[in-house]
Amino acid sequence: MKYNDVSSGRIRKAPENFLSREGIKTVFAEGKNGRRDFIRSAFAAAAAGVAAPTLLAQSNPVPKEGGDPNILNLPEHATGLGQGVSPEGSYGKPSKFETNVQRRQSPGLTQTTQASVSFSPLQSLFGIVTPSGLHFERHHQGWWDIDPSKHRFMVNGMVKSAKVFTMDEIMRLPSVSRFHFIECGANTATEWGNVAVPTAQYTHGMISCSEFTGVPLITLLEMAGADLKNGKFVLAEGGEGSSMTRTIPMSLITSGEVIVAYGQNGEMLRPENGYPLRLVVPGVQGVSWVKYLRRVEVGDKPYAAKDEAIHYIDMMPDGMLRQYTNIQECKSVVTTPSGGQVLLDKGFYNITGLAWSGRGKVKKVDVSVDGGRNWRQARLETPVLSKALTRFNLDWVWDGKPAIIQSRATDDTGYVQPTYKLLRAVRGTRSIYHNNAIQSWLVQENGEVKNVQLS
Amino acid sequence: MSSFRNAVIAGAMVAVASIAMAQTASKYTGVGRDATSKEVAAWDIDVRPDFKGLPPGSGSVAKGQDVWEAKCAHCHGVFGDSGEFFSPLVGGTTANDVKTGRVAKLTDSTVGRTTFMKVASLSTVWDYINRAMPWTQPKSLTTEEVYAVTAFLLNLSNVVPDNYTLSDKNMADVQARMPNRNGMTTQHAMWPGNEFNGTKVPDAKNVACMKDCATEPKVASFLPDFARNAHGNLADQNRTVGPQRGADTSAPEGKAPAAGAAAAGVPVMVAQATKAPEVAKPAATAAPGGADTKAVMALLAKHSCVACHGIDKKIVGPAFTDIAKKQAGKVDYLAGKIKSGGSGVWGGIPMPAQALSEADAKTIAVWIAAGAGK
Repeated sequence: MKYNDVSSGRIRKAPENFLSREGIKTVFAEGKNGRRDFIRSAFAAAAAGVAAPTLLAQSNPVPKEGGDPNILNLPEHATGLGQGVSPEGSYGKPSKFETNVQRRQSPGLTQTTQASVSFSPLQSLFGIVTPSGLHFERHHQGWWDIDPSKHRFMVNGMVKSAKVFTMDEIMRLPSVSRFHFIECGANTATEWGNVAVPTAQYTHGMISCSEFTGVPLITLLEMAGADLKNGKFVLAEGGEGSSMTRTIPMSLITSGEVIVAYGQNGEMLRPENGYPLRLVVPGVQGVSWVKYLRRVEVGDKPYAAKDEAIHYIDMMPDGMLRQYTNIQECKSVVTTPSGGQVLLDKGFYNITGLAWSGRGKVKKVDVSVDGGRNWRQARLETPVLSKALTRFNLDWVWDGKPAIIQSRATDDTGYVQPTYKLLRAVRGTRSIYHNNAIQSWLVQENGEVKNVQLS
Repeated sequence: MSSFRNAVIAGAMVAVASIAMAQTASKYTGVGRDATSKEVAAWDIDVRPDFKGLPPGSGSVAKGQDVWEAKCAHCHGVFGDSGEFFSPLVGGTTANDVKTGRVAKLTDSTVGRTTFMKVASLSTVWDYINRAMPWTQPKSLTTEEVYAVTAFLLNLSNVVPDNYTLSDKNMADVQARMPNRNGMTTQHAMWPGNEFNGTKVPDAKNVACMKDCATEPKVASFLPDFARNAHGNLADQNRTVGPQRGADTSAPEGKAPAAGAAAAGVPVMVAQATKAPEVAKPAATAAPGGADTKAVMALLAKHSCVACHGIDKKIVGPAFTDIAKKQAGKVDYLAGKIKSGGSGVWGGIPMPAQALSEADAKTIAVWIAAGAGK
């Protein structure tokens, strides 16, 4: 089939957003009926309702007139004077054409907005960095915008002398900047038993990746003279209403990985993400990344905080609850094509997605388009960093037939992301947390992609 | 002799260590200062499972009930078992669980998990109430109130008797009665260090097979059609440029637009996805009896019946409409049941006896017996 074979119903992507919702609907309806040649006229019909100058733009390939009017008729932005520099005091915003790309809540998941979740729009993101305004949120008792001049950080417990630091002081210390993912332990929780939500945003959107800047916690512990031999655990405590606490593994602190962070993607943390100070615990579930961090305490025993003794415990089939399950194991998800999306036509696509591991670097990602029967190794894009999101891509030509797309990540410990079958065999379906099973997306003949699970 | 020698060596090592420590600290001259004991006391409020950090004090079940009803019940329900805003705290534990330290109902997948079914450490309950409750006024409870509320929840869970006073002296005794005290394990591969002596072997052992790996895949689970638009219109949740669009889930899949709709030509890009999800609501019907029904509703609210019973949906106890079906016309029986409480008719969760007047009980019973209409 030639690329410009119009009779096959193939269309080329137009340079503008030219498909109305109704147009797409019509195309799928007709496509379902096997009338793929209907596509061109449907697009033209849809265009009739839009501004007249764009009419010909929908008639790709080359219109009778001998060219695309978007090329032939120079637009206003090429023939007029553009806008001036941003006014004083303004903060740059995305294009007005990008308003669909937002954090979203899953309806009915929680009863209050203060103890709730907003999901990051993974299906619309590129690369590995999550724009700070699209970083997922999980609050346990509401968020605050705290005056940094009044925020204090305390180190106490098994230390020679308990210390307090102002933000000024913490920011004077030598800093490190590192890319790390943060994933909620309950990411993909809704899918343990069966498919429950439609898109990658809701299945996997409780993960984000940022460049964090701050001071290694070990530096601050050493300044207080911490007993690193007998002090096997560290309690991290937030400064907000619930003063959220978590037990932090000392091994990650002494390795220098745990950061007391104030920076996120080149600016200060966003208030929803803990401004002015949060803990960064690479590879560990998000609940340990205590926001509004006010205190760490060095101790010789774990603390069994509410979020490690009542929640964030993993139910096994025999009713036993696993406590202190911290590591986010190796996982991946294809973000395009993904659930709730519609492919415009058959032909070439770049399958793209994200992979990560709480134990280190992603070593490889394999992608299947036949529901796991055959796999091809995807390209990993740089940078590939430890405990950070890794972007993968793979060429794919869709033949218009149903396809089930999956990705399967392997990390540098050799651990291979499990299937649902393997994971459920050990953990059952009621553990809520740490679902890192392989995700399946069904691409239907009409181009619509559905969240499915296989038997 | 040898002990003297060891002591000298140990002393020397401590000296070396402290010099190293001092050097580390002095490296960052002028940064940070010692916390005062007053400052540490103000913030160091955590209580560990071995009760390190627990302040002395006590509080009774009776006092706890008063505090509960004033400050806690509106979110958690009068008996701590409401799931309206948060997961239920109380319920699902038995006297036998108190004996074994394992909550039997955790193996029953049809039963929801309450806090007291899960929690193994009593310190966790005390600590969280102390640091984070009430929801809108955290840290406003006195030490006595924290003990009292903890005692009240323990009483509701049948861990301590009605006349119990919980204190720093008997917390360890009560810990030994926690229904799920033996229900936690750290034997897994998901803690990064060796502190818990867990395994290093992850649960699932997949292999990266590349060719002819699985049998023909069968789709076993997908979203039903009626849930198509449950998360709002997905067309508005995807970028409007690129290799894909969002599926229009405002209409059934594959349905052609209604005549004339295409002409509207609304660009996807300006559409907003802020629509509230549609939640099925029972159709409002004219209330038979008018003012009477209103009065009953007021009584149901006044006596907190609705914390446990929905009009037409089960919460902790059965829906009023379900009771109406089962006990139609039995006014006296229902009035008696309301006052005396009981269990067994609708499952194992008991309804406590209610302290309301004969007249109120009768009014509610008449309404239920007549069908519990709105």
